[in-house]
Amino acid sequence: MSGLQLKHIGLNLRSSDELEPGEAEIGLYGFWIFLMSDAVLFALLFAIYGTQLAATAGAPGPQAEFKLGSAFVETLILLTSSLTFGLSAIAMKYDRTRAGLIVWLCVTLVLGLTFLGFEVSDFATMFRDGATPDRSGFLSAFFALVPTHGLHVTAGCIWIVVMLAQIAVYGTDARVKLDLLKLGLFWHFLDIIWIAIFSVVYLQGKLG
Amino acid sequence: MTDAAIQYALFGRLDAKAFPFVRAWENPNLSEIIGAAAGAMVVIGAVALVTLLTWKRWWRPLFLDWLTSLDHKKIGIMYIVIAGVMLSRALIEAVLMRTQQSLAVNAPGIVAPEHFAQLFSTHGTIMIFFMAMPFLTGLINYVVPLQIGARDVAFPLLNSISLMLTAGGAGLVMISLAVGEFSTGGWSGYPPYTETAFQPGVGPDYWIWAITLSSLGTTFSGLNFAATIYKKRCPGMHLTRMPLFCWTALCTSILMIFAMPPLTLATALLALDRYLGFHFFTNDLGGNMMNYVNLFWLFGHPEVYILILPAFGVYSEVISAFSSKELYGYKSLVIATMAIGVLSFTVWLHHFFTMGQSANVNAFFGVATMTIAVPTGVKVYDWIWTMFRGELRFTPPMLFSVAFIMTFVLGGITGVMLAIPPIDFVVHNTVFLVAHFHNVLIPGLLYGMIAGYQYWFPKAFGFRLSEGWGKVSFVCWVVGFYLAFMPLYVLGLGGMARRSQALFDPDYQPWLLVAVIGAFILLAALATLFVQLWVSVRDREHNRVPVGDPWDARGLEWSIPAPPPEYNFATIPRVYHLDAFYWHKARGDAYKLADAYDDIQIPKNSWVGPLIGGAGAVCAFGLVWHIGWMSLLGFATAWLAVIARSFVRDTHRTIPAAEVKATEARWLALAARTRPVSRQLEESSANLGLAEPFPPEVAA
Repeated sequence: MSGLQLKHIGLNLRSSDELEPGEAEIGLYGFWIFLMSDAVLFALLFAIYGTQLAATAGAPGPQAEFKLGSAFVETLILLTSSLTFGLSAIAMKYDRTRAGLIVWLCVTLVLGLTFLGFEVSDFATMFRDGATPDRSGFLSAFFALVPTHGLHVTAGCIWIVVMLAQIAVYGTDARVKLDLLKLGLFWHFLDIIWIAIFSVVYLQGKLG
Repeated sequence: MTDAAIQYALFGRLDAKAFPFVRAWENPNLSEIIGAAAGAMVVIGAVALVTLLTWKRWWRPLFLDWLTSLDHKKIGIMYIVIAGVMLSRALIEAVLMRTQQSLAVNAPGIVAPEHFAQLFSTHGTIMIFFMAMPFLTGLINYVVPLQIGARDVAFPLLNSISLMLTAGGAGLVMISLAVGEFSTGGWSGYPPYTETAFQPGVGPDYWIWAITLSSLGTTFSGLNFAATIYKKRCPGMHLTRMPLFCWTALCTSILMIFAMPPLTLATALLALDRYLGFHFFTNDLGGNMMNYVNLFWLFGHPEVYILILPAFGVYSEVISAFSSKELYGYKSLVIATMAIGVLSFTVWLHHFFTMGQSANVNAFFGVATMTIAVPTGVKVYDWIWTMFRGELRFTPPMLFSVAFIMTFVLGGITGVMLAIPPIDFVVHNTVFLVAHFHNVLIPGLLYGMIAGYQYWFPKAFGFRLSEGWGKVSFVCWVVGFYLAFMPLYVLGLGGMARRSQALFDPDYQPWLLVAVIGAFILLAALATLFVQLWVSVRDREHNRVPVGDPWDARGLEWSIPAPPPEYNFATIPRVYHLDAFYWHKARGDAYKLADAYDDIQIPKNSWVGPLIGGAGAVCAFGLVWHIGWMSLLGFATAWLAVIARSFVRDTHRTIPAAEVKATEARWLALAARTRPVSRQLEESSANLGLAEPFPPEVAA
């Protein structure tokens, strides 16, 4: 039965994969708490965004600036990257070779970078239109909320690169596996935040 | 490139005028000279410290034994050292402010308005973020793992990083004395006053980045403690068998996790306003300063309970130990603690009743605020019932606890008064409010921290603190408090605005004179604490308590030697009952050799913590002065350290079972030949840390 018992929320490793007993349980638990704290941060950014929606102060507003098509493509890319990360985690747990893990991680990385490319290009268009954060309270709130998510994705991409380097150096030892589990939680968390951004910022701004 | 551009690239906004010495030289008035003297104290202090370390050859031990250590006990002690240093500075500032006010009735006094505003801003900022928070974090760090039977916290390296980020923030506040100036916007830093339009200088930037470093450290501490308490308890230590201090530490940690992000966000958004021209809180272009006020107090009110709950935990431990009784109403205390934790998120609006929302909104938050008095009242009664018919010993920690109960109830009552919006409208922004929050925070935090420091000091260092000096200090803290703050209630009702640099009503002066006398007595109280420490270190050979249980106390932390070995417990204990160690003592099976000992893995020292803290401070200093290369350097160093660390695999070292067993056997042999001491003689040198077995009828 012990094989079926979950020690923490999310994908569990096999017990033989642990460096010392309880390490996964404590480490992943701590990471969940960190994500909770990060979620509070995003919740507040959303709240600020909500209060600043009307504060356009004559600067370009959501109707003029948001491109639903591009935001939809970004959504698809990021959701797909969550799927590919999930595939990499399954490969890590069940495959004997490391090929699946590495390939899926690389695909995730490429998708993450593509997402960032689309996002930066969106911002560049807004800047060209004169929709810069120093123009209005609304644009300030937008450029606090969405790029904070973007910075998280950037951090996630750097983390993937670091993990690929660790796999190259150490193979998949217990530490690498545990860190990949945490990275997975982080990546999926960013997906959830993005869904909220897509709904609250883009859909509401364009259709609401 | 022009010379000016090169200079800006290298030094940002930093120039000769930044140094208070230059300002005092060019404009030698009393206020500038006081500022320069304060700056000089920082410089002289730093030079003296470096000289002492070099002369005594303490650099190596400082780094190898302390700063790089991941031992929760050493990290806890370092936190409390930071708190002591910062307390000294902020208390001197308080005395300076009260001196100014007592002199400045229809007179200029000794410090200029700008300087006075810096004084109250640094006083508040330091007392909350760099005195109270490090003090309670230090105590939790030291005590909680020992009380739950753990060898360390859940994440020892993160613990070191938290400490060093806090130290970096504290360092930044100290540097602001000698380079530049501090914010004049108070500890809460309300915009739009703290925006560039009104404060173009570096003051608010120092405030923003010092707070940011500290709040990051605190978030990580909260995460770490929560994971420790949920996941690292020894077998049998159910949540409901934890000492009450662990419960309050848990509640405080949860509050830290949820309440620090609003602060981090508030300061980050203010920084975006100041650095990149955003409009979150500005007067124009859609800025809304109420967003800041809401964010700040979403943090600020839970913060009050972050501060007070650990002190409540200390009182629970101290009152139980020195009443020689089990804590009365353990479950009600736990429920009250958690209830306070939840309610603390529902009252933030009472910090701005007067800001124009509707009466119904005010009424809701007023009622919610009053509700908090109920669980707090439950606690007060529980402590009183714990003392009832106990064998009371009035050691310094116990004296502080009793003074707390009396004084805190007064502060609580004025708190309920302020929770009534009509009353708040009348005394809003007067020193009545200042009197109220000092009346809750000094007994509700500072007395508790001092009590905890005196109570656990023998555990940490192996010798008792002088009780005589402890009692002198106690008298000064209590008398000083009443003299310094009761007059402020009168003055507040008389309409004296808080943060006033000059006053124009001669009727205020007698009360202000009483207050300044109180302030000086409080300074004397702090001095006596240092005297106590010095005397106790000098006489340590007479005060040793090596067996480790000087107060006939109850938790697991007393079941190990004083000072404890670095691995805390030779074998992980098993717990069967609340007050685990007392239960063993009552059954007569404490101090027994275990059947078997195992190798113990403990984390190796790491430079990552000091590196990240230092890099964080460098980055922040660069940001304050707009020195781009310096900020980038600090930022990159901190993150590279994190990445590099993730490649390190050899992070633990092993202490062989034989060594553990030998150490344990030596200590048990010492315990066996030590003469037990009765409770009545615990303040004498007969106390070697082994409590006399007690008659079973008192065992309760």
